[in-house]
Amino acid sequence: MAVCVYRTSRVLVQGITGKEGSYHAKACKDYGTKVVSGVTPGKGGQEVDGIPVFNTVEEAVKETHPNVSLIFVPPPFAADAILEAVGSGIKTIVCITEGIPVLDMVKVKRVIEKEGVTLIGPNCPGIITPGATKIGIMPGHIFSRGSVGIMSRSGTLLYETADQITKAGLGQSTCVGIGGDPIVGTDYIFWLKQFEKDPETEAMMIVGEIGGNAEEKAAEFIKSGAIKKPVFAFIAGRTAPPGRRMGHAGAIIMGKSGTAESKYQALREAGVHVIENPGYIGETIAKVLKERAII
Amino acid sequence: MKLHEYQAKEVLANFGVPVPEGRVTYFPDEAWMVSMELGLPVVLKAQVLTGGRGKAGGVRIARTSDEVLQIAQELFGKKLVTKQTGPQGVVIRKLLVEKAADIDRELYFSILVDRTTSRPTVIASKRGGMSIEEVAEQYPEDIIKIPIDPVTGFLPYQIRRLKYDLDLMSLEKEAAKIFSALYKVFIEKDCSLLELNPLVVTKSGHLLAVDAKMDVDDNALYRRKEISRMRDITEADPDELEARFSGLNFIKLSGNIGCMVNGAGLAMTTMDIIKLAGGEPANFLDVGGEATPETIAKGFEIITRDPKVKAIFINIFGGIVRCDKVANGILQALKKVKVEIPVVIRLTGMNREEGMEILKKSGLKFYVANDLKEAAKMVAELANGKNNGNSGKKAQKQEEQQKEKKEK
Repeated sequence: MAVCVYRTSRVLVQGITGKEGSYHAKACKDYGTKVVSGVTPGKGGQEVDGIPVFNTVEEAVKETHPNVSLIFVPPPFAADAILEAVGSGIKTIVCITEGIPVLDMVKVKRVIEKEGVTLIGPNCPGIITPGATKIGIMPGHIFSRGSVGIMSRSGTLLYETADQITKAGLGQSTCVGIGGDPIVGTDYIFWLKQFEKDPETEAMMIVGEIGGNAEEKAAEFIKSGAIKKPVFAFIAGRTAPPGRRMGHAGAIIMGKSGTAESKYQALREAGVHVIENPGYIGETIAKVLKERAII
Repeated sequence: MKLHEYQAKEVLANFGVPVPEGRVTYFPDEAWMVSMELGLPVVLKAQVLTGGRGKAGGVRIARTSDEVLQIAQELFGKKLVTKQTGPQGVVIRKLLVEKAADIDRELYFSILVDRTTSRPTVIASKRGGMSIEEVAEQYPEDIIKIPIDPVTGFLPYQIRRLKYDLDLMSLEKEAAKIFSALYKVFIEKDCSLLELNPLVVTKSGHLLAVDAKMDVDDNALYRRKEISRMRDITEADPDELEARFSGLNFIKLSGNIGCMVNGAGLAMTTMDIIKLAGGEPANFLDVGGEATPETIAKGFEIITRDPKVKAIFINIFGGIVRCDKVANGILQALKKVKVEIPVVIRLTGMNREEGMEILKKSGLKFYVANDLKEAAKMVAELANGKNNGNSGKKAQKQEEQQKEKKEK
């Protein structure tokens, strides 16, 4: 079992002939992911590392039957690429692209909600089920198979968290980067539900950051009693000055909302194990799970 | 990207939204002449890219010709310190001179993308002229929120509702025209925020956008050239600008530990853990996915330019960017830029071993840490001048080993 993507997932790579697209298509394939085809308009008929390239998603779907699309298309064309995948019936889309205009994402979000599509990202590292499948740009070797499900708004911070969990002798069931933009396809609540259902996941880790209220919403959901498994959380950006965008378009404190303190408080009140020192993420999870005799 | 008020009003006027008559000026005598042309009284408004101008004394009314000159002379070149600028403030270089409006009542109107619903949302209130956060706290029942479906746009019934709620039925047609024009501006200029506070009803019974704030989505500037050329970089921090030219994301802070990190989330976390270890970060710096020798050298250059910086912490988690490449980058950068303060390096992830090997062989002096908490402790101690702690010793030992290796 795994969450959202499986060993059997058939992956299409949009923007496969670009520098990043070709590099990561190969890296995913080497990890064991079934990369069945790629799309770049105008490059149909070519091959990238033995992977056939098509001009349109429609054609790629007809010939190779992918059920997940991984997108590396540049920002001005990325929203269109997502909608092209949706239009061809693909229900799970991972968009790596950083810098998509917000109003483009407003439209995309409306369509995917209506069509029941799961969009991971944009501006994210993708999703990995260690030892089974990697659909994204993360370094595979720092992950190990285990029982902690991680969801993170940031890429490198997802790696840091996974690395600490691996070093603490635990592993991960599935790790997902939900994206650093103001509008992303999935929120924590979606993944909390998935992880709660997943028999392989025994604990969940929320890696949040300042800005927006996704963490507060997650806290509210957990508080409602929908989640029985232990949840841990760290929020990055406690020392960030208000009004300054800290790299990610989504990481900005506006007025009183979006601060690390408000997120920590909401999570604490929901019974989440809050980890305030990012140096102790792995150790804390291992300790709590041992105490609760889960491992 | 933030627009100046006079720029935002220019855009609004082009879409048929009424704004006060006025002009931006660059010198006191020019401001005075414009005021003569407009007729008194006039309002003189500092054009700075920061909020809280009014409270800081950057918006003044002048009723006589002498007053215009006196206030203009006082404001030009003055450092305006607001809640957002910090103590260093921002120098006033432009004044917008406007005919003072005959205000009957003040409304609030804004459009932004609500992150919770992922929809453009109109927020309006009968209580204009005060900050919307204050209204939300004191009179939450007076805030109107209308989410807009991007496919259908701002619909007639939604606009009608707004007119009733804001008591604008007497100027029904005018209000409808202005509200749909504002939504059009928001969409066609890729705004992330369009705020009129106040939008006033004049004594003669017309709507007038007395103040306008417009933020445009940076990611959309490529297709909004007319907005992009309005960019004013004179207020930006020169170091932050220079970093941006090199593709780095740099924000200056007030501490003494320089940070160089890949990835925004990890960069924020690095700042946080430095603080937890008793240190103070001097900056936020995300070198991004492409940490080349050039960008790393530029990072060192900008960080060490700040005389307050007493130690540097390089925290790289190799993913797309591989550690061996980063290590080579650091070495090449250190050849270009002389760094005389201690540097703590923590490299992990893709090709970590190769990266560490390269650093060890170099013979250059740095402190190597194995994980985040050790690194943070080490760099905080070094910056605070206490480097005899355990981790300090460990680092020195590693340094000695490096020297020995070099001698061999």
